[in-house]
Amino acid sequence: MSQPFRTEKGGRIDRGQQLTFTFDGEEMQGHKGDTLASALLANGVHLVGRSFKYHRPRGIVTAGSEEPNALVGVYRKGDQTPNLRATQVEVYQGLEAISQNRFPSLGFDVGAVNDLLSPLFPAGFYYKTFMWPKAFWDRVYEPVIRAAAGLGKPPKNPDHDTYGNIYAHCDVLVAGSGPAGLAAAVAAAETGAKVILCDEQAEFGGSLLSDENATIDGKPPAEWVRDTIVKLQGMDNVTLLSRTTAFGYFAHNYIALAERVTEHVSDPDPKLPRERLWQVRAKEVVIASGAIERPMVFPENDRPGILLADAGRTYLNRYGVKVGNKVLIATACDTAWQAAFDLADHGVDVVAIADLRETPPENLVAIAQARGIRVEAGCVVTGTLGRKRVKAALLGRLMTSGQVASAGQVACDAILMSGGWTPTVSLYSQSRGKVVWDETVGAYVPGKSVQHERSAGAAKGLYGLQATLEDGYAAGEAAAKAAIGKEAKVTYAAASGGEAGQGAVLGALPHDRNASRVKAFVDYQNDVTAKDIKLAAREGMQSIEHIKRYTTTGMATDQGRLSNMNALSIASGALEKPIVDVGLTTFRLPYTPTTFGLFAGVARGDHFDPVRKTPSHDWVVANGGVYEDVGQWKRTWYFPKSGEDMHAAVARECATVRESVGLFDASTLGKIEVVGPDAAEFLERMYTNPWKKLAPGRCRYGLMLNDAGFIVDDGVIGRLADDRFHVTTTTGGAPSVFATMEDYLQTEWPDLDVWITSTTEQYAVAAVQGPKAREVIAPFIEGIDLSADPFPHMSVKEGTFCGVPCRLFRISFTGELGFEINVPRRHGKMTWETLAGEIEKHNGTAYGTETMHVLRAEKGYIIVGQDTDGTVTPQDAGMSWAIGKKKHDFVGKRGLERPDLVAENRKQFVGLLTKDPKVKLEEGAQITVAQNPATGTPAEGHVTSSYYSPAMGRTIALAIVKNGHALHGKSLYVPMPDGSIEVEVTSPIFFDKEGARLNV
Amino acid sequence: MLLIYCPYCEVERPETEFHNGGEAHIARPADPSKTSDEEWAEFLYMRSNVKGIAVERWRHIHGCGRFFNVVRDTVSDKILKVYKVDDPMPDLEALAKEAGR
Ligand SMILES: [Zn+2]
Repeated sequence: MSQPFRTEKGGRIDRGQQLTFTFDGEEMQGHKGDTLASALLANGVHLVGRSFKYHRPRGIVTAGSEEPNALVGVYRKGDQTPNLRATQVEVYQGLEAISQNRFPSLGFDVGAVNDLLSPLFPAGFYYKTFMWPKAFWDRVYEPVIRAAAGLGKPPKNPDHDTYGNIYAHCDVLVAGSGPAGLAAAVAAAETGAKVILCDEQAEFGGSLLSDENATIDGKPPAEWVRDTIVKLQGMDNVTLLSRTTAFGYFAHNYIALAERVTEHVSDPDPKLPRERLWQVRAKEVVIASGAIERPMVFPENDRPGILLADAGRTYLNRYGVKVGNKVLIATACDTAWQAAFDLADHGVDVVAIADLRETPPENLVAIAQARGIRVEAGCVVTGTLGRKRVKAALLGRLMTSGQVASAGQVACDAILMSGGWTPTVSLYSQSRGKVVWDETVGAYVPGKSVQHERSAGAAKGLYGLQATLEDGYAAGEAAAKAAIGKEAKVTYAAASGGEAGQGAVLGALPHDRNASRVKAFVDYQNDVTAKDIKLAAREGMQSIEHIKRYTTTGMATDQGRLSNMNALSIASGALEKPIVDVGLTTFRLPYTPTTFGLFAGVARGDHFDPVRKTPSHDWVVANGGVYEDVGQWKRTWYFPKSGEDMHAAVARECATVRESVGLFDASTLGKIEVVGPDAAEFLERMYTNPWKKLAPGRCRYGLMLNDAGFIVDDGVIGRLADDRFHVTTTTGGAPSVFATMEDYLQTEWPDLDVWITSTTEQYAVAAVQGPKAREVIAPFIEGIDLSADPFPHMSVKEGTFCGVPCRLFRISFTGELGFEINVPRRHGKMTWETLAGEIEKHNGTAYGTETMHVLRAEKGYIIVGQDTDGTVTPQDAGMSWAIGKKKHDFVGKRGLERPDLVAENRKQFVGLLTKDPKVKLEEGAQITVAQNPATGTPAEGHVTSSYYSPAMGRTIALAIVKNGHALHGKSLYVPMPDGSIEVEVTSPIFFDKEGARLNV
Repeated sequence: MLLIYCPYCEVERPETEFHNGGEAHIARPADPSKTSDEEWAEFLYMRSNVKGIAVERWRHIHGCGRFFNVVRDTVSDKILKVYKVDDPMPDLEALAKEAGR
């Protein structure tokens, strides 16, 4: 028979629409409106997974997003999404779901041996056991533990879905659409306020959808929900979002919502995203997240077939599903009695109501008796039987002594339990509010508001339908008043029925069993028992924060929404201090697990980060250049000719530049235009060098420090006019140099009459370097005499290149005669291609960043950030010459006089030559005095740059070494795994020490 | 994500348009050569890092580009006052009282 546990009638499912789905390959039927959980239960399937640590058979416990056990994988578009809660997965035609954490099958799982070995797995087991030897962690313990423990398997392929993103603003955001949320939304909407109402479920209404007994304005609750939603849908100022979880509450009333757009449909519109992230800025928020029922902590409370009482009632009334044929109710709270009555009314055999309380309310007892239900007062469940499905419960009678006496056994195929209710304070907690213990509610409830929010209804521990509705209306009115200053007269709906239930219990229940042999679970998902928490307390954990981490209780995907209160109570007993003194862990976002795709949105692949291309890009691609990423920039690394590897290409490029000419795209260099009457004074203060006497038409190397005295950037600066400078920075430093300049200008020296403008993107820069550089550019340049006399090294002049305005610099980062041609960016491609054609005639070459690095290293030019690390001063770098000695102040000058910066033994910039000229050092390698230093010996310094130098015919390296300037000619060692390398300390300038090649 | 009012643009904008510039009212000494090593170290490195009412610089980096000052409660992230860079530091105690701290 199909769906043997489906009721004859009732429920909100569409009985006319039968849907076929599979679970672990087995075909089953459900209806539109079912969740996977309700459909499985309709088919009599309770066993849906194996537990995390002990691999115990587990069943569905809840009907909501807090579900700890029923985590499943769902196949879609050929891949599998793991760890979805079956209580939230909607059934559609063809749904393919699988159980998790079992091998080889759900029914027979070899990992279940862990359950028998469980005395070996106490709390803190991992910390205590897997300590030695250290190497075993990576190779043995971790892989084995990870394979045995854990839940679903991650998908294998890249995510093929798309994700949307919406920014939204509203006056009032209402999270949750139970009685309080709906009332709040109506009250706020009536004022004209812009309202967003969201609910994580497919249908609005929350608990009202499971209530068949109460009435609102004379209608059944579900009907009132429908009418209310229709009314809200008709209002322009209201946005209704179902399947939408408010998962994060951030500062300044910024709330993130996750909307599941297509996951519930078998054949979704391909244009729609899988999920949509709503980034909402709400003036006011009403948190109407309700409350959830607490499990009871009795031995073997985790068998399939044991559910929360309200979940049983929800499956019955909302989904038309009986959780069993012989149901035992175990409770300490009135509300579970209603589940018993509803089940009995649907013909289910309620075998007994075992109420912990000595005297349950007389009216409830009377109703039970009228239905012929056995009532056991002062009675607890002390254990259960049945492996893959509960088949009987052991009952115990509470004695006045505090002991428990056996009260026999009762056969059942389901147990519905209720330890009372816990308000869902997650969003309030995320808003940085501090919860307070409310003795009458017996729970933590929201305290003072930190942000513009208020909780309403059960979320603040207020129960009972009428009270909840009224509180919701009041919250909606207050929120709208605060947001837009308007009030509206709303008629409050009147409810009958749905009274608040009394009674609750916290912590582990007493029993007559051998305590060392039974497991009473507190946190189902992480397999934490009452015993584990007591053990943690015995072993010295004093606060719940410690107990949580030691036992992992409350660290599962529900963040302890189900388990926290019981855990706190057990800890409070074990530590012998009041529950409020045990502390409470903080609820963090996300409220429920959220996909990475939702956060990433469109920022994936090429859209993850902008790609910055230089004008030579297309030419480089066409000519086989190899790119490297430098920040967001694509820069050409080297240009291999056919058959060349990187080493050969770089060697050829280096030699060609020194012999004839090379062309390099320097467009990525940062450029800042500094203009104004005080421009020279400003640079005087920003850079170590003197600028006031630099004549227009000349350039100077500029060194920038921070006020601590350390090198932060460098670049050549050209003076175009008395009041205009063309500043260049390193490629990576451009934004920070600009920001630093703005900072000093705006906040320290607002009196200076200077404007600065970033022009990095405005100029394309082609560097032509080598003995033939002048001949290469000469045919295209007009308006500038290129000969050495009027245009020596370190000059700048404006002219034209192929008729296009250009700023021509005569500068060099190679040690050769060199020019850098700055043209408006739109002419960069033409400039590059013109020059690339011309250098061919001179047997020149285009070269990339690797060759640039080698050539500058041969000359001992530093690269800030590679040869310096934020602790290097100009003196350390051997660049005292760059400091304007007569200047009274510049950024960093005072810093340079600090005791530590003038002390002995500072690390200084040097060259290194390996004894064996073929051996190339590793960049970053440590340098020592001893050839084979003892473990723990501090390094004298480290290698900052290392290359093969074609000009020197050997390897060269740069380094910073303690007292390096005094060590020229001395031997040091670079210890490596396969032996120590002897090096000689030298000057960092290896090639053309006099600079003769520059001045031609 | 904070919402910050730029006193130059006179608009409220999300935090992503701005860049935090550290503690405000740390003036660079007018003549650094006259400071002692201790005073210079104080200027360079010592910040109050308060839990509570902090005064910090923000720059409207993706807007007008201007620096301005913000008084923010670092516990609640509530912004108590925004003022231009050359305005004096407001009375923090009065602001705190007003905000109910
Ligand atoms: Zn602005």
